[in-house]
Amino acid sequence: MALPKYASPLEKAWHWAYLVICTLIFIFLIAPIIVIIPLSFNAEPYFTFTDKMRSFDPDGYSMRWYDSLLTFGMQAPDGPRNGGWWADAWNNAKWINAAKNSMIIGFFSTILATALGTLAALGLSRPEMPFRRAIMAILISPMIVPLIITATGMFFFYSNPCSVLGWVGLPSNCGRLAGTYTGVILAHATLGIPFVIITVTATLVGFDQSLNRAAASLGANPRTTFFRVTMPLILPGVISGALFAFVTSFDEVVAVLFIAGPDQQTIPRQMWNGIREQISPAILAVATILVLFSIALLTTVELLRRRSERMRGVTPH
Amino acid sequence: MAQASDPHAASAPGGDANDGPLTTADGQPLGRALRRSQRRAKRRAFLLVLPLLAFILITFVVPIAQMLQRSFYNDGFSANMPQLSAWFAATERGTDPDDAAWAALAADLTATAEARTIGVVGTRINYDMAGTRSLFTSTGRKVRDGIEPPYREALLEIDEKWGNPRLWSVMREASSPVTTNFYLASLDRTRDDDGNITMAPENQQVYVMLFQRTFGLSLLITVATFVLGFPIAHLLATLPMRRANLLMILVLLPFWTSLLVRTTSWIVLLQQQGVVNDLLIWAGIIDANGRLQMIYNRTGTIIAMTHILLPFMILPLYSVMRTINPSYVRAARSLGATSWTAFRRIYFPQTLPGLGAGALLVFILAVGYYITPALVGGSSGQLISNMIAMHMTDTLNWSMAAALAALLLGSVLALYWIYDRLVGIDNLKLG
Repeated sequence: MALPKYASPLEKAWHWAYLVICTLIFIFLIAPIIVIIPLSFNAEPYFTFTDKMRSFDPDGYSMRWYDSLLTFGMQAPDGPRNGGWWADAWNNAKWINAAKNSMIIGFFSTILATALGTLAALGLSRPEMPFRRAIMAILISPMIVPLIITATGMFFFYSNPCSVLGWVGLPSNCGRLAGTYTGVILAHATLGIPFVIITVTATLVGFDQSLNRAAASLGANPRTTFFRVTMPLILPGVISGALFAFVTSFDEVVAVLFIAGPDQQTIPRQMWNGIREQISPAILAVATILVLFSIALLTTVELLRRRSERMRGVTPH
Repeated sequence: MAQASDPHAASAPGGDANDGPLTTADGQPLGRALRRSQRRAKRRAFLLVLPLLAFILITFVVPIAQMLQRSFYNDGFSANMPQLSAWFAATERGTDPDDAAWAALAADLTATAEARTIGVVGTRINYDMAGTRSLFTSTGRKVRDGIEPPYREALLEIDEKWGNPRLWSVMREASSPVTTNFYLASLDRTRDDDGNITMAPENQQVYVMLFQRTFGLSLLITVATFVLGFPIAHLLATLPMRRANLLMILVLLPFWTSLLVRTTSWIVLLQQQGVVNDLLIWAGIIDANGRLQMIYNRTGTIIAMTHILLPFMILPLYSVMRTINPSYVRAARSLGATSWTAFRRIYFPQTLPGLGAGALLVFILAVGYYITPALVGGSSGQLISNMIAMHMTDTLNWSMAAALAALLLGSVLALYWIYDRLVGIDNLKLG
């Protein structure tokens, strides 16, 4: 971005103005995420920097909102903090239960989405795949179709998944998936699949097919070839896809609102309730934890991307 | 493809060339062996995709198709009121109800009241004529105790609304399970007593306005992401790789951060007692009494959605700008173009593929947005998605929700098709 020596004064002025504009846009991008971190340590139930916070008085800061994440929903939050107190928190605190649910649902939907998605991506990146474009369009569509439409469709379908069989005259009642973990996991897997497809096919574009042929010519059967040659090379892409799928599930609220029961309270749904009913700085404490979580995820994905490029011999230009 | 490009293929289809057929080691004609192995490879590739395709069809395509069916198919009336529906089917539109019709109505009302499905019937009629659900339920309670002929007088005795010709016209509409009324209602149209399509009453015309607002706001947000995203993408594309990667984190971090976290942040920043208002007062731009209302209205929706969708504009722009050769602009400058002309005539046209991809993606995602408008939109920032959710959870008019969803889905799929034509789904990249 360095200016050439022959730049006119006007160009120099424009160059600096441009850098200022870019800085402002970066502030717009990042400030909302940064500003909630100090505010989550507010000692007062406000969403603004109090006078004490601005003068860096330790009294202006506290951990009370983080503490409230533990105690909210507990049976005896005021008792002494011994083993029984922690057991109570682990079993009854609403945010902890929400975190457990988010983890369970995220984990299983990621496994499902990654397994099916990787398999399909392998097929889609073969040159002889028939109807490639149309099938790809269908598989990516859960990302494009507005979530409210998906969730509405799932709401009806999951309350009686066999109703479709009634169209062809088969028994049309076989229990419900709405309000079960299975239902939410299936829904989240559906929503995470496009991300797995996109990342894994992108990795396979740079994959040298002659490596597979070399393995086969040296006597490896297709399974050995896949697990010893293909898989290690595309693994970074697969893990990135899995992380995308996990984040999708971890952040999803619309489908949960429509098909989950009271037992499947997740973190986003708990936040949704918190924001809609009465917003307290406890939400900011959760938000701060989630920001740290996303920083960790972003770092992982970035490291994986570089590793993948190095392994495939693609040097950053 | 391989065969067509082979100059010998046309003269030697299937391998029976003039100088004897070429064969494989085990004696098969080469062409047939090739076709067979191509078929096998095709089948193998398809089998890899099949599990996922089946999964998506069952958990995604079928549910949506099933939901859309409700937009034109509602048997709430026809299935529960069979005798009256049969009378409607047998008579012309505009026929005044005769004794047979009144008898059928009384019989059906008695049957549904006993089966406790009269609420379903009332709800169905209520969609087209507000305030009729209670007519059905209250009449149902009375006819359960017994009803004697003459039915016309008996029913009019219970409630004289039964004599309303508009009610009979609406019931005639509902007697067929397949209806276009929900689509008409989605476009603020209705049917009058003679079955002609007319505009809905002034105070009920909300949907066209909401569609306009949804598309208008989405366009505005797309333009805003372009204005903010273009300089950033250009800066990242022209910086050395190492520093660009560092700054890229500032773009990717919001991308990876939870949607609800970002929406919460904007509530915190923009509310009347929030950080932005405090800063503006501190800077002396506004008065302490003149705190701006920037959230829970349309402004809030626009600001928050622009922030959330900005990475979707920056990433495709960036990946295209990376590939633009800087020597073109230098050549233009050396030929006497000013930097503005060089940008406008040489650089900008080359960024159009990225711009198109980003703009379409942002627009598609913005049109269907639900969470952010619901949380920060107040009443003036609600979009069509919020109306669908309202019909799903509050008014329980599921057919109406399905009709609105069908129209929204239609426009999104049209845009998706354009995206696939122009950009190609394969080129969709995430970070």
